[in-house]
Amino acid sequence: MAREDRRDFWLFLSPWLIGFLFFGAGPIFASLLLSLTDYSIFRPPRYVGLQNYKELLAGDPLIYKAFWNTLFYTVFAVPLGTAAALLVAMLLNQKVRGLSVWRTIYYLPCVVSGVAMGVLWRWIFNPEIGLANALLRPFLRVFDLPDPKWLLDPNLAKPAYVLMSLWGIGGGMIIFLAGLQGVPTHLYEAAEIDGAGRWSKFWNVTLPMLTPVVFFSLTMGFIGSFQIFAQAYVMSGRGVANSTLFYVLYLFDQAFRYFRMGYASAMAWVLFGIVLIVTVIQFSLAKRWVFYAGGES
Amino acid sequence: MSENSARQSPAFRFMIYVLLSLGACGMLLPFAWLLRSSLCDEKSVIKPLESLGDFIPPGIHPGNYAEVFRAVPFLRYLLNTVFITICVVGGSVISSSLCAYAFAFCRVAYKKRVFYCVLATMMLPGVVTMIPVFILFREIGWFDTFKPLIIPAFFGNAFAIFLFRQFFMGLPFELVEAARIDGATNLEIYWRVVMPLSRPVIITVAIFAFMGTWNDFMGPLIFLNSQERWTLQLGLNSFMGQINNQWHLLMAAAVMVLVPVLAVFFFLQRYFIRGIALTGLKG
Repeated sequence: MAREDRRDFWLFLSPWLIGFLFFGAGPIFASLLLSLTDYSIFRPPRYVGLQNYKELLAGDPLIYKAFWNTLFYTVFAVPLGTAAALLVAMLLNQKVRGLSVWRTIYYLPCVVSGVAMGVLWRWIFNPEIGLANALLRPFLRVFDLPDPKWLLDPNLAKPAYVLMSLWGIGGGMIIFLAGLQGVPTHLYEAAEIDGAGRWSKFWNVTLPMLTPVVFFSLTMGFIGSFQIFAQAYVMSGRGVANSTLFYVLYLFDQAFRYFRMGYASAMAWVLFGIVLIVTVIQFSLAKRWVFYAGGES
Repeated sequence: MSENSARQSPAFRFMIYVLLSLGACGMLLPFAWLLRSSLCDEKSVIKPLESLGDFIPPGIHPGNYAEVFRAVPFLRYLLNTVFITICVVGGSVISSSLCAYAFAFCRVAYKKRVFYCVLATMMLPGVVTMIPVFILFREIGWFDTFKPLIIPAFFGNAFAIFLFRQFFMGLPFELVEAARIDGATNLEIYWRVVMPLSRPVIITVAIFAFMGTWNDFMGPLIFLNSQERWTLQLGLNSFMGQINNQWHLLMAAAVMVLVPVLAVFFFLQRYFIRGIALTGLKG
């Protein structure tokens, strides 16, 4: 029986193992080698050592632009989105009527594809006939301000992306709601006996109990928004004066527009390195502020 | 658990509903704008809104939706997307549940360690693997076919394996034991005992696979070239480049691309929400 189990274990697992070899481990290894070559897919790869990485760090001003754009977007979109998602989850956790209806409404934008999102928000941000300016115009007129140009204005293009990203807080909201429902009632009761008010209960009970979920949400949010692609590709491309040239967008251009596979691979590794470093930093900072109720850190 | 509601003042409760309603308006307004624009005619769609009343167009033009089919090969995109999606959903459900069965029911000492290895692969950066996988598929002549979009689904997916395994661990183990005593093989137990009991998780995994495939852009963008093989997302993107201010047609196309996803979400919501909440709680 046990022998049969051992055979079946590897047999049942074989699809995943083969897949891992061809679509996981193999490509990772190949990508590392590729990043050391000059390869255009039309001619055989030529070994160039660390040339790609050198160019990336020293000879390509656009990559700094792309990095800066992506960082700007992430630094605003992720914390704002997490805070908004937490706020909505807290409101929904106050025994509101029609919880499932509210939840559906707030989650709805999350099922919209990146392309549809890009198409729709490009239309919303249209300076002359879009919804955003139609809503803002009455206020702008009071102060005699001109209509913002949103995606056509290098200074407002990235904030427009941040606004759009707030449309997708539903996923975080659901995770927070599940976390809130997991906070044991007896903690609130104990706090009430100690005379804690609403604010003090939030600050001393809810928030500490939720820190693991907040941490998870910030980490995943960072990894996701650092790789923003489809929305950007559709909504504004590189944007005016490269103002919305995001990192993966630039990587895609290098790989599939200019067919610089080696350079793009090096870019992918640098991106992976950045994400890894930030995640490690987040994890090490987490020890200071994330509270695990079970006691383990 | 929720905080005690008995002591909340009416003013506080009122504020909660006001805030929730404002947020909900923010969520729904873009959808309303999308639907409104899709029903406008050529002139009213590009007329700036002067007042609130302008939000309702002077005439409703459902004919825009039919017009999309004439303007672009929308039906072709739709059929391609449906075909790819069905294959991917079937492939990921079968391959991932098989792997998860091994982790849940095969009595092997090291299975937990192997399972953690599978979970660890979720961290693998997709951006890094993308280029070699593209070169691989191109070398074997799969460029501009559906195969690169479909075949990988048949090799299991770490997240789906995780979902299946969590569910299988909660099934009564005696059922599997009883089937073993009756001399059933693992494959028989998998097919006759475990899978028939696993409807909820099958639906959850199927929904995730459906959404991921239907909404995928990068995959089709890299691997498909000829227009007759394009998916809806590719078609929608290229349609935007050629519309010339015919926003009403573009919005009608966007609505049609969205409706299947929204419908699946509406009708199968509880399976979906459960999956999302689970992703957060494991972290």
